[in-house]
Amino acid sequence: MSARILHIAKNTFREAVRDRVLYNLIAFALLLSGAAILVSQISIDIERLVVVNLGLTAISLFGVLIAIFIGIGLVSKEIEKRTLYTVLSRPVRRWEFIVGKFFGLAGTLVVNTLFMAIGVFGALLYVAHRFSRPDAWIFVALYFIILEFLIICSLSLLFSSFSSPLLSAVFAFSLFVIGSFANDLRGFAGVAHGFTRWFATAAAYLVPNFSTLNVISAVAHQQPLGAHLILQNTLYALFYTVAAMSGAVLIFERRNLK
Amino acid sequence: MSSRGRTTVLAASSLLVSITASVLSLRHIDQLHPTSPVEDVLYIGSPKMVKRASFGFDGLMACMYWTRTVQYFGHRHLNGEMSYNELAPLLEITTALDPNMMAPYQFGASFLAPAPPNGAGEPDRAIRLMQYGIEHNPNDWHLYYNLGFVYYTLKDYKQASATFARGSRVPNAHPFLKILAARMAEHTGDYSTARMLWSATFETSQDSHIRLNAIAHLRSLQVDEDVTNLQAAVTRFGERAGRLPSSMEELTAAEHLPGIPIDPDGKPYELSPEGRILVQNPDNFIFVTKGTPPGYKPPAFGRLRK
Repeated sequence: MSARILHIAKNTFREAVRDRVLYNLIAFALLLSGAAILVSQISIDIERLVVVNLGLTAISLFGVLIAIFIGIGLVSKEIEKRTLYTVLSRPVRRWEFIVGKFFGLAGTLVVNTLFMAIGVFGALLYVAHRFSRPDAWIFVALYFIILEFLIICSLSLLFSSFSSPLLSAVFAFSLFVIGSFANDLRGFAGVAHGFTRWFATAAAYLVPNFSTLNVISAVAHQQPLGAHLILQNTLYALFYTVAAMSGAVLIFERRNLK
Repeated sequence: MSSRGRTTVLAASSLLVSITASVLSLRHIDQLHPTSPVEDVLYIGSPKMVKRASFGFDGLMACMYWTRTVQYFGHRHLNGEMSYNELAPLLEITTALDPNMMAPYQFGASFLAPAPPNGAGEPDRAIRLMQYGIEHNPNDWHLYYNLGFVYYTLKDYKQASATFARGSRVPNAHPFLKILAARMAEHTGDYSTARMLWSATFETSQDSHIRLNAIAHLRSLQVDEDVTNLQAAVTRFGERAGRLPSSMEELTAAEHLPGIPIDPDGKPYELSPEGRILVQNPDNFIFVTKGTPPGYKPPAFGRLRK
């Protein structure tokens, strides 16, 4: 990674921290510790299940919201504050600016996820009193969640490279919802005919498939995940992220900033 | 080429390559999960919970669940599945969300009661669904017809008659409900009654699954009736001649029929050396009960023909 990209990434991370993004960790900690204490008192035998399901779901949702709401403002805020012109007047290329912003946001989310993961394991230890071997699959679920964040970060940047923050948020959030139901879309394509089938199949492959990255339920039930799935999901997320980032670079390169 | 031009070309190439690669890797992931679990999973199984979770948008949610029901049935039907375990809960959720939506009741009447693989094999839930519909739509004669139809398929002619009779008293009820009530009272499960019921089902529904199912029943009924009549002709011939007819032509001539009788597909019926009337392709008539060769086993699942 070039030094310029690294600088932009570091600044983006610092700015996110300064914007008190990591305050969400407090809400997360309260939610998880509250649930862990409450569920152990009002239910039988599902404490572990609740902690894993709730913890991983909260990590995913908190992260998605941060990725969207920070991501959509990354470009527009710089234009609004006119700091973008200062940056671009230096020997920084537009694509480096976009890529740097992406890494900065992704870094913020990874750090956020790591702190939350510590919370999940802490709550798990509280309710189960010890870790078991299948708990290691939680790391895979966390890894998939981070892959999901990479896709959402890139999509937020793609939309923010040409649209207003409000519309970017709508687009990104809509894609997140559609992508979460990508398997349903695939099911619909399977029973449709003619043009509808063609269109639904194309849409099912073009929208981000978040359902394949969602293994929370399987992990909560301590089901193992195949190495092939981990590899393919990694490749898929990376390719999709590169595609969205390429789109963002393509648009931002041609954008009239005057 | 300028620096910006080079970046544009590189970004465009990267976009094309990576989007293709992402589709390919998604196809690989699909192979890891050959069957999508979505068709078998109800995120929330309780109708009351779904209603609460809809935040007042019951109508829209009902439409979504109805679409999901049709997809579920269609998908399993196309795949030749042997069970429809989620059909009843999906219909119950849909009607709980919107009790005035008529299509799910009609669908339930056709596909909930029949035993697998032609339906979900849940007659009790079919009856409950219809009763729920009548409770919320007491002035819609279609629901009485649907409930009576379920009783008829269960051969409960007494209940069928009572239900058709109740339906006939509803304002603007179709006149055939009175006829059906009378026929059921006579305990007549004859071909003309069955034909009337399936024809009415075909005519009163817009749903392609229901209409295809009705057509398949009507085609099979035609075969059953033809075979019954021709078998009676073979018996008469035997009584007259003291032997079995040697061919279909001989039987046709003896009975003064206009030609060799044909099935709904236009194929002539056959006469076996043992004097049995046979349909040439019984697999094409999935509900047929007569005219099949000895030991005939129907296919695991007969797809409804368009």
